[in-house]
Amino acid sequence: MLAKRIIPCLDVTAGRVVKGTNFVDLRDAGDPVEIARRYDAQGADEVTFLDITASSDQRDIILHIVEACAEQVFIPLTVGGGVRAIADVRRLLNAGADKVSMNTAAVQNPDLVAESSAKVGNQCIVVAIDAKQSAPGRWEVFTHGGRKGTGMCAIAWAQKVQQLGAGEILLTSMDRDGTKNGFDLALTRAVADAVDIPVIASGGVGNLDHLADGVTEGHADAVLAASIFHFGEYTVRQAKERMRERGIEVRL
Amino acid sequence: MAPGAAAGAIAVVDYGMGNLRSVAKALEHVAGGRPVVVTADPAVVAAAERVVVPGQGAMPDCMRELNERGLRQAVIDAAANKPFLGICIGQQMLFEHSEEGDVPGLGILRGQVRRFPADRMRLPDGQKLKVPHMGWNEVRQTKSHPLWHGIADGSRFYFVHSYYVAPDDAACIAGTTDYGIPFTSACARDNIFAVQCHPEKSAQAGLALLANFINWKP
Repeated sequence: MLAKRIIPCLDVTAGRVVKGTNFVDLRDAGDPVEIARRYDAQGADEVTFLDITASSDQRDIILHIVEACAEQVFIPLTVGGGVRAIADVRRLLNAGADKVSMNTAAVQNPDLVAESSAKVGNQCIVVAIDAKQSAPGRWEVFTHGGRKGTGMCAIAWAQKVQQLGAGEILLTSMDRDGTKNGFDLALTRAVADAVDIPVIASGGVGNLDHLADGVTEGHADAVLAASIFHFGEYTVRQAKERMRERGIEVRL
Repeated sequence: MAPGAAAGAIAVVDYGMGNLRSVAKALEHVAGGRPVVVTADPAVVAAAERVVVPGQGAMPDCMRELNERGLRQAVIDAAANKPFLGICIGQQMLFEHSEEGDVPGLGILRGQVRRFPADRMRLPDGQKLKVPHMGWNEVRQTKSHPLWHGIADGSRFYFVHSYYVAPDDAACIAGTTDYGIPFTSACARDNIFAVQCHPEKSAQAGLALLANFINWKP
């Protein structure tokens, strides 16, 4: 049976890993390639790099990191952040990324999802959705790192990106991100049940049961977390053991 | 000898589809210094000791690029006479026909490439199975083969695909996987071995399979 995936996420700026709390207050947690190797050794199913480098003249640094990672880490690597055009998608894939994730650019230019999916295959295209609850059972899509509301419903947008050719959705609850209170399970479930492509739950993981809840309650196909792994609170292996105890199929 | 082809070289066929760097780096990791060449030159493919045909994306695009780049015959020749590893679309193209875009494949192995049937993509408890089939799933080794050497039966490999191969000849099935339906996830015949999963992204099990390929003497 297909295993549910655990994906450590590394926020990277100017070549170093950081982790934000509610998208601000960054703390340095080290070298991305070393950390990715550590996660691979712990049994991570994939690794995600989110490039949050603000200045465009430092954007190429991520390409070198991806190249180095591809030489040493033999599990899938997703890279997101600053992807604006199909040329960005190609550059990242050529450097060694397996999937590229796009967020703001997908909202501003939905054709980018369709075009890049047609060119490189939908398995390479992840659309990241940052969502914030606006009313009970309703979530709004935000862009620009969570700073700009779009007025769009997250569930409708998820269905739209599937139609455009996204191969996977990375769904982050802005309400929960950095809180350690667990995923927004209602949001996760609403989106996961509304689409036929895999959904990765993100935002809010504070303990191992939160990861399992994302699968059992949230119906997520994969769960993503950053800080609980970066600061050594838990290993990926411990997370998988806990998920297995909870009756979830994992790769151990 | 063609430029770029060294003794004992492993050629990774570049027909413009997908991320070849991952495949090349994983092969280099286990090649013990033997040269791994990513090439779009049919002469380099012909001169190589072993040939790997990866592939990502859509089958119609892959077939078109293979033809337009003049690599079709080089791939057919390699599959006829040297250790040959097909990965993902590189496996699917060995068959006669694909439902994806209704295109013919190379017809080296008899059978079809089919899409996961939407009406069967449920677990017994009613849970929906997503397509693409993405993630780590178990490969049952349905026959012994040198490329399975040292890899436990049922080991998990990384998959990402919406279509699977359905060989006519059950004798060429080397591995199967369950996803809504049981499907053929590995094929073997003579000097050909082909997998639906991505060994280059499948951690230790994948690296072991690639190392076995490099040492394989069919």
